[in-house]
Amino acid sequence: MDWVNDVIQGILTGGLYALFACGLSLMFGVMKVVNLAHGDLAVVGGYVALGVIAITHVPVLWSFLIVVPIMAVLGYGLQRTLIQAALDRSVLTTLLVTFGLSVVIENALLQFVNADSHSLGVNNSIITASFSLGSQIQIAWLLLLILVVAVVLLLGLQYFLSASKYGRLIRAVADDKEAAQLSGVDYRHVFGIAAAIAVGSVGLAGIAQGMYSQFAPTTGTDTILLFAFAAVVIGGLGSLWGTLVGGVVLGVAQEIGSQINASDGFLAGYIVFLAVLILRPQGLVARGAQA
Amino acid sequence: MSVTTRTTARSVEKYRVTRSRRNVAWTGLGALVVVVVLALFPYIVYSGTTTIMVQAFIILTLASMWNLLAGYAGLVSVGQQAFLGLGAYFVLILAMHGTSPFAALPVAAIGCGVAAVPLWWLVSRLRSGYFAIATWVLATTVMLVIEKFPSLGSGTGAPLPGLAAISPTLLEADTYWIGLAVSVLALGAMYLLLRGRLGLVLTAIRDDEVAARSSGARVGLARMLVFVVAGIGCGAAGGVYIISQLAVQPSAAFNVQWTAEMAFAVIIGGLGTIEGPILGTIVYMVLQQTLASYNVWYLIILGVVAMAVAIFARRGLWGLVDEYLHLRLFPVGYWLWEPGSGGRRGLLRRRGGRPG
Repeated sequence: MDWVNDVIQGILTGGLYALFACGLSLMFGVMKVVNLAHGDLAVVGGYVALGVIAITHVPVLWSFLIVVPIMAVLGYGLQRTLIQAALDRSVLTTLLVTFGLSVVIENALLQFVNADSHSLGVNNSIITASFSLGSQIQIAWLLLLILVVAVVLLLGLQYFLSASKYGRLIRAVADDKEAAQLSGVDYRHVFGIAAAIAVGSVGLAGIAQGMYSQFAPTTGTDTILLFAFAAVVIGGLGSLWGTLVGGVVLGVAQEIGSQINASDGFLAGYIVFLAVLILRPQGLVARGAQA
Repeated sequence: MSVTTRTTARSVEKYRVTRSRRNVAWTGLGALVVVVVLALFPYIVYSGTTTIMVQAFIILTLASMWNLLAGYAGLVSVGQQAFLGLGAYFVLILAMHGTSPFAALPVAAIGCGVAAVPLWWLVSRLRSGYFAIATWVLATTVMLVIEKFPSLGSGTGAPLPGLAAISPTLLEADTYWIGLAVSVLALGAMYLLLRGRLGLVLTAIRDDEVAARSSGARVGLARMLVFVVAGIGCGAAGGVYIISQLAVQPSAAFNVQWTAEMAFAVIIGGLGTIEGPILGTIVYMVLQQTLASYNVWYLIILGVVAMAVAIFARRGLWGLVDEYLHLRLFPVGYWLWEPGSGGRRGLLRRRGGRPG
């Protein structure tokens, strides 16, 4: 029964990891940018949520209505300035610039805010409560909500990219930006929109992290980026469904690992990541060549 | 017919290929003088200065290795702290078994090179950005594994035994010399590697990977060699680190901040030149020492400057020096001199090294 519980808890946390990974996957899929500042942007999202809640007194649960647009604007701005400038040079430059951005964000938060951990306390008792299945399995409403949000987000993105007119535009630009340019598309603007969606989802991930546990300036790199990346690789590069599968596999591996030894959860997750890298480098849900 | 003969005759007579635009015998002599003067530092300056210099040697060694990876092999690793930490822990393990830490350092460095082979096998499946984060995950995994050993102090770390018998003054000087030796060896090894066949292969890969492959360049092998050499260098730097700190802590040794520091030093100094990391290390140390009382401000400033340099002046500070003075302290490419001109305008083009 313990194992069943581990798997269920793992699937629930997997939703959180899939939410972490969504923006990373999208930015690579469209712009071929591996955003090393991804995790730090999520932490910025968390801090923005703290500020928004302090100023407007909106309930934590609804803060995303303000935070996500702010993060989306930030994403568009970053893409049109810093990241586009780096992209125009080379892939190497995008790595150097996003890594620089990551270090600058993290240390600016340490310098101007502080090193303390913050959480977005949820006072709504329905959310903090849990319900039980059988005698041993407790399911937290919050984690279930995060999982649902992750699934809805990934489903929505998949639908948006494959069926909507603008999604088709994004895919066209991702396929061949020069050809799209020739057909009258301003690819830089389309990249900006894709980045806005990606960073908006990153803001959502930051809020989820704050509600589920807590965040500090270093959370972005040592937790969010690495988990997001592990989820993307386990699932398979460039596949949104793979991202969900990868998140769930990572979550289950961590739960089972910490069942064996309380401090080994993270290690178990990374071992599964390395095993996938060795045995199935194209990821569990393979689609196309590796990047 | 006569034209061909004449051209051939001319080219035999007049075309010249040299390693450098200027005669570099004096720069070699200069480097020797600098090393000798640096070696005499413990007799001349206060111990506070040598402590700072040891830190500079660590950064210089790390930066040179990161430059070899990113600047020459196109491998952006964000996980080089894995080798720094492993180097430190290998020295610790050997010292715990009675070896002198100074004797243990070369062994630890070689051990890091050996460890780099399986680690390369894991991450070599991924390219560019994914390679970067994979090395990061790897470094974190290595740290989590090290923390599993209570004999190595688990998560809290351990003090370095075996140095209590040496007087503090002598220990400080010894630490300084080993730091100097490691960085001189790292720079020398890198120079020799890039002058030789590996340098040519790396240049070919950088210019056009597919063409290099089809001409028979062993691209995978060249990259692996660079990764292993960088592992050895960073491991040696880790050895200097633990000897200078007299203790090691996993979260400090395996901190990604190491990679941030080496990367910033390289980007600001000049990616893809041997001189760049030296200049970058000087800039780094000056900023860090000046802003020491303002917490992490130096990292914020370095990060912003590095981003600006990466976008606007891609060849860094040394790139600017090279552009205006055509100066190379460590020439690894070739100059081709046009026949008959001999003077300033004789340059046709440069092969190898960074294209000017």
